[in-house]
Amino acid sequence: MATLFEGFTLCGLVQTSSASDSAIQGIELDGDSDHAVVTDSTRAVTLYKVSDQKPLGSWTVKQGQLLTCPAVFNFQTKEYVVVSDNKVIRVWKEEDLNLDKAFKATVSADVWRVHSAPGGELVVLFQRGAVRLLDSLLSAPQQPIEGILSEKEVIRWSTNIVAEKQHFVLFTTEQRGEHFLYVQRLNPNTLQKYRLEREDSGASPLSFSASLRDKHINLLYLYPNGCVYQSVVAVRGPVGLEGVQALPRSLRLRLPVGEGELGAASAVALDEAHVAVVGMPHPSARTGKDFLCIWNTNFQTLQAGKEMVGRIRGQVWCYLGKLFVPHGKALSVIPYECQKSSLASALGKLRHPGIAVSKSSVAIPSWNTLLHGDQPQGPTKIVDTRKSKLRRKSQSAPALTVDQVLELIKTGPVEEVRREVEALVSRGDAQDLQLSVGRLACQLVARSQVETAFYAPGALARLVQTQCLCHSMCPDLLLLALEHKDYFLCQLCLQLFPDIPEVVTCACLKTFIGVPDGDVEMVSLEPDSVSFMEGLVAAGARGGQQNGFSPPLFEDSCDPHHQPKPPQHQDKKNPTLQLEVCPVGLHKAVLLNEVLQTPYSDNLLVPHLKDLNAPQVILFLQYLQFIYLKYSQDVYTQTPVLRSPTMTQIIDWVCLLLDAHFTVLVMAPDAKGLLSNLQSFVKSQVKLFSELGKIEGSLQELHKMKPSKDISQYSIEVIELF
Amino acid sequence: MGEFKVHRVRFFDYMPTAIRAMAFNAHTERLALARMDGSVEIFNFTDHYFQEKVIPGKDSRSIESLCWVGGRLFSAGLNGEIAEYDLENLRPKYSLEAYGGPIWTIISNTQGTQLAIGCEDGTVKLFEVLEEHIQFERNLDRQKGRIISLSWHPSGTHIAAGMMDMIRVFDVPTGHAVQRLLVDRGFGGSKSRETVVWSVAFLSDHTVVSGDSAGKVQVWDGHTGTLVKTHLVTKWDVLALSVSKDESSVVAGTSEGTVIQFQFIAPTLHQQQDKEWVRTRTFKNHTHDVRALAEIETAIVSGGMDTHLVVRPLLEKFDEKSHASGLRKIHFPHVIANNINLSCAKKAGLLLFQFPGQLELWRLGDSDEHGKPGDRLPLKRKPEKLLLLKRKGEDHICCSALSSCGGWLAYSTVSSVRIYRLQTDNNNISITKVSKLPKALHSAHQLCFSSDSSKMFAASSQSSVLVIALTQSECKYVHTLKPKSGSRQPIHLMTTSGDGKWLAAANSDCEIHVYNLQKLKLHCIVPVYGSCPSAMGIHPTTNNMTVVHADQQVNTMPSPHIKQYTDWSRKLQKQGLHNVWLDRDTPVTHVTFNSKNPNQVVLHDMHMFCIIDQSLPLPDQKTQFYNQMTLRSLSEQERPSHLHAFKICKTFQDLLCVSLLDDQSLVVVERPLLAITSQLPAPVRQKKFAT
Repeated sequence: MATLFEGFTLCGLVQTSSASDSAIQGIELDGDSDHAVVTDSTRAVTLYKVSDQKPLGSWTVKQGQLLTCPAVFNFQTKEYVVVSDNKVIRVWKEEDLNLDKAFKATVSADVWRVHSAPGGELVVLFQRGAVRLLDSLLSAPQQPIEGILSEKEVIRWSTNIVAEKQHFVLFTTEQRGEHFLYVQRLNPNTLQKYRLEREDSGASPLSFSASLRDKHINLLYLYPNGCVYQSVVAVRGPVGLEGVQALPRSLRLRLPVGEGELGAASAVALDEAHVAVVGMPHPSARTGKDFLCIWNTNFQTLQAGKEMVGRIRGQVWCYLGKLFVPHGKALSVIPYECQKSSLASALGKLRHPGIAVSKSSVAIPSWNTLLHGDQPQGPTKIVDTRKSKLRRKSQSAPALTVDQVLELIKTGPVEEVRREVEALVSRGDAQDLQLSVGRLACQLVARSQVETAFYAPGALARLVQTQCLCHSMCPDLLLLALEHKDYFLCQLCLQLFPDIPEVVTCACLKTFIGVPDGDVEMVSLEPDSVSFMEGLVAAGARGGQQNGFSPPLFEDSCDPHHQPKPPQHQDKKNPTLQLEVCPVGLHKAVLLNEVLQTPYSDNLLVPHLKDLNAPQVILFLQYLQFIYLKYSQDVYTQTPVLRSPTMTQIIDWVCLLLDAHFTVLVMAPDAKGLLSNLQSFVKSQVKLFSELGKIEGSLQELHKMKPSKDISQYSIEVIELF
Repeated sequence: MGEFKVHRVRFFDYMPTAIRAMAFNAHTERLALARMDGSVEIFNFTDHYFQEKVIPGKDSRSIESLCWVGGRLFSAGLNGEIAEYDLENLRPKYSLEAYGGPIWTIISNTQGTQLAIGCEDGTVKLFEVLEEHIQFERNLDRQKGRIISLSWHPSGTHIAAGMMDMIRVFDVPTGHAVQRLLVDRGFGGSKSRETVVWSVAFLSDHTVVSGDSAGKVQVWDGHTGTLVKTHLVTKWDVLALSVSKDESSVVAGTSEGTVIQFQFIAPTLHQQQDKEWVRTRTFKNHTHDVRALAEIETAIVSGGMDTHLVVRPLLEKFDEKSHASGLRKIHFPHVIANNINLSCAKKAGLLLFQFPGQLELWRLGDSDEHGKPGDRLPLKRKPEKLLLLKRKGEDHICCSALSSCGGWLAYSTVSSVRIYRLQTDNNNISITKVSKLPKALHSAHQLCFSSDSSKMFAASSQSSVLVIALTQSECKYVHTLKPKSGSRQPIHLMTTSGDGKWLAAANSDCEIHVYNLQKLKLHCIVPVYGSCPSAMGIHPTTNNMTVVHADQQVNTMPSPHIKQYTDWSRKLQKQGLHNVWLDRDTPVTHVTFNSKNPNQVVLHDMHMFCIIDQSLPLPDQKTQFYNQMTLRSLSEQERPSHLHAFKICKTFQDLLCVSLLDDQSLVVVERPLLAITSQLPAPVRQKKFAT
């Protein structure tokens, strides 16, 4: 899901004389991530501190002069560059107060834009399509500039992208209703021209947005009919191809445009799945096209929307999690957040919702804190030290920092490691706990892998229990636990990790099935799940004799004075009795239950399930059959508090196993009885559903029946007697 | 069979009144029942609980209590009078002022020689029962506070009297009060209210059982005046008590509508000697106060504010499940439904509704359209109330009649008969009272017009029938038809043949007399059948007579030799009626005929109407009896093999009248029980879960 947060106004806008012109030419980034360089449509460039919503500096050109290109920041020289009156390039530093006294150079042709990108040189794009690096241009300002575009071809939009040390300038042009994309590579200079497919209506694109993804440049463009197309240009494209190539496009999104077409609208790609669109109507609001919406292009769903008061000019910029939208008389900054959405979350078999809630928010590592960790550190560090000072006073032993504990893990004995880890975890702040827990776990696992004698189950369990750990943070943890037969840790991981790959799940399953019952029974497992399983088995021992009812199958054996028959005989005569006995030990069953409750996706799981051998499959199927029977007997009423596999999970696993091993099972003589039992279950289910279907039919008939007529005081009716 | 246009009438807002008192005569097995409007009904419990007599009410009469002395019925009420009823002429024989203020209760001793009444002024008055009269004998010691309830010890020496907050036991010979039993008040807020002892029962072992307004049923020792046991059975009042004949069981009726049984049994199996009164069963068949109760040999009979009479059989008294062991609810008076309440002018499409205080004349609506079965036709003309005729005097209307042409209207009370001439032209209706009536015509149990409206017949005393000739200008006494049997019972059914030649009259002795109207003399007596006729009719064209009895038997007799049964009837008797038919628990109340088809008879009871087609085979016991749904699903070809003579339609419920008009359309008068229930006062509030 994506979220639009409460926005704020960065600055007021000057009303321009003409309605169509925007008050803002452009917004660019400064060296500081909190700064924005705003160039207005006439004469002024203003530097804002965004979070404080206040200007840090402002520069204007003289009356009569016009700024014709948004000011950009040169990240290498820390200078600002702007173009006035199409031909005069001005360069100044933040300390310079007067723009007139800054460095000026007049070039021989009209400039369209100056582009800047972090990690790249400044590039000047001329109106006739020529491209020069600023440095080389300033060294010889009056050098002749060639014209690339034909007579009536004009540039509509341009941007630059730095990818793999390769600098690109992209610009689109229009010529007699046709639109072209030029991709200019610098060093070595190549130019490639693409023709955009014509939209049926012949309309021009309203906005373009380019982004770099997977070594491809994605161009996103919006048409007035609400279609958002995407075209992909390879970074290492075919070099040297002559002529104009057609640019294939794909429809990413069809926006509801309401009545009429979009006028001033703009779309910008936020990430691979999300697009922010401004100037479109909200599907659930009646009127007005002044909304800012975030759409998910994968699912074609509207994720967030916000009404923007005042006229929208079809402009939107997106920098570092903030959208800049000029509307009405103000420039608003709206922070947003796009969470990764996946099909799995929409359709996949996630674990129990009740359990998922508790940790889903924590388990995903926060990249912001990892990458921009320096940002919040300033203020929090001081608080931290104060707090820790206090704690240090209260605690007898001096607590170690994360780094110290990491050092300790490399050499220290198991017991000490456990103690320190515990101390660290118990005082850890949620903020950086995630990071440190991951590091600690990785360190512990790494040492265990190197030093076979070293294994710290207590410390690892404590780390897992923080719920800050997930499988992808420390992929070897679960396998290590399996290797060391630490079933308690395995159980914890299966319970708490949301992202265990199917191969690991299968490995766990295989180990659990294969382990002798005696080994597991000694292990202490999570009590809730054990008591669930005990309840289930005990319910079987009662034999379903609630309310004095005994099913007819038990007639032979339920008489207490009846001489018990030899077991083989009984087994043959009474196959269901055999089913009443749990085929695996209690603790083993608990572990298997954990596997059943692990999230998975069928297609990925089935190939790994094939690793199981036939006896294992049969045993597991027997176990699944056992709990299926227990559930369906109605004897055991599920306690919602306890963690227990659902009926659906059980059935799904049975299906998966049969899918994976069908031929093996058909051939195996041991499995014959099992399969026929399963078939009878299926039959009974089919029968049940067909009965339900019948009931549904009759209920629908009931529904169709006319509601009893309102009975009036008098009516003349017609009846027929036979 | 075909399609019928049905006039479904629901605008007859007849409202039965609440049951106030009842008395069961174990000797004759008749139950007398008094309603709030002062009417008394007699049910014959030997004959399928058939309501054989109704004594119409009177405005000034209120009945609080009923009492049988032998075959004589006495009542007493808050008007301070004791009345004896003439059960042959269906009117009070005499009434007597008791001079003790309102009377709450009347009882007799077991010998049937004395009556005792409990008065508002605190006296218990004894009356001597004489041959034709009763005579005041003496007062017992006067008490402070009203006497609400009385019970006579079977030996006749003592009387227990329920009062406010106490029970007194009187010694009858001396007239002194010998015991004073104080009854506790209720708990909580009702502490300040006096406890009314609504009912007492004096058993032969001198045990006194009382039911009071604090919701208690208490058992006292009448010798010592001590309380033996208290059963708190309800938060509301215990209104009525009744003791079984062998004194092993007492039932109590409460305001919650429950009837609670107490039995005198040993609490454990081993000590059979130490019996005590134990609460055993609770029956809930009423929604409102149970005001009247009678425990008879095999059943508990109860009635109250919700107007219906419930006969709840005690299943331990039956060896097998049978017709008699089913619960019965009697909602509508049987006789009333027959033709006391409704008359239907078949030619004119008029309906006459009889209420105790008024008559309403309605014209049915009309529709030109035709429709498929199940359709409801749009109305061209809405039904119309043509006339509202209020009775004169205090006596309630006991019977009324409308001639089939719609030109004559007559009604009778116990004191007078009135005849009106109706003239309708288009939408105007004029009514003229016929002023000069013959002197012989002073009251009638039944009224009936001949089919050509030239004569009126009035059932008079001793099963005689007065014949009155009607002309435009006057009405003239013609003759009195007298039965030969000398029966003194009132006539409750009368019908004439279409050609005006025959008149049949049925009385409560189960006799049906057929008179020849041309010769003005008795033609014959129909073979007496053991059950009372509940409906009868003579076919307008064939003159075959059909009689349906309270035991559901259907007999047809050919004309003019009405002394024997028709072949069809003999066949039916031989084969026997279908069990489903016999198991119905409401009697057939109307018989009408299809004048176009001599084989077809239309019958109805409260829950269904039935067209008997005598040309079709009779159903045997294996046949599906209610087969209309099956027939509907069969194809045209298969149908004939499944047809049988009884075609039953249950679409219409709570039927008061079904009649076939001359244009072959049916009139169905429904009185939904729900509509009656909705007009009742709110029942006592009971705490229910989650309310």
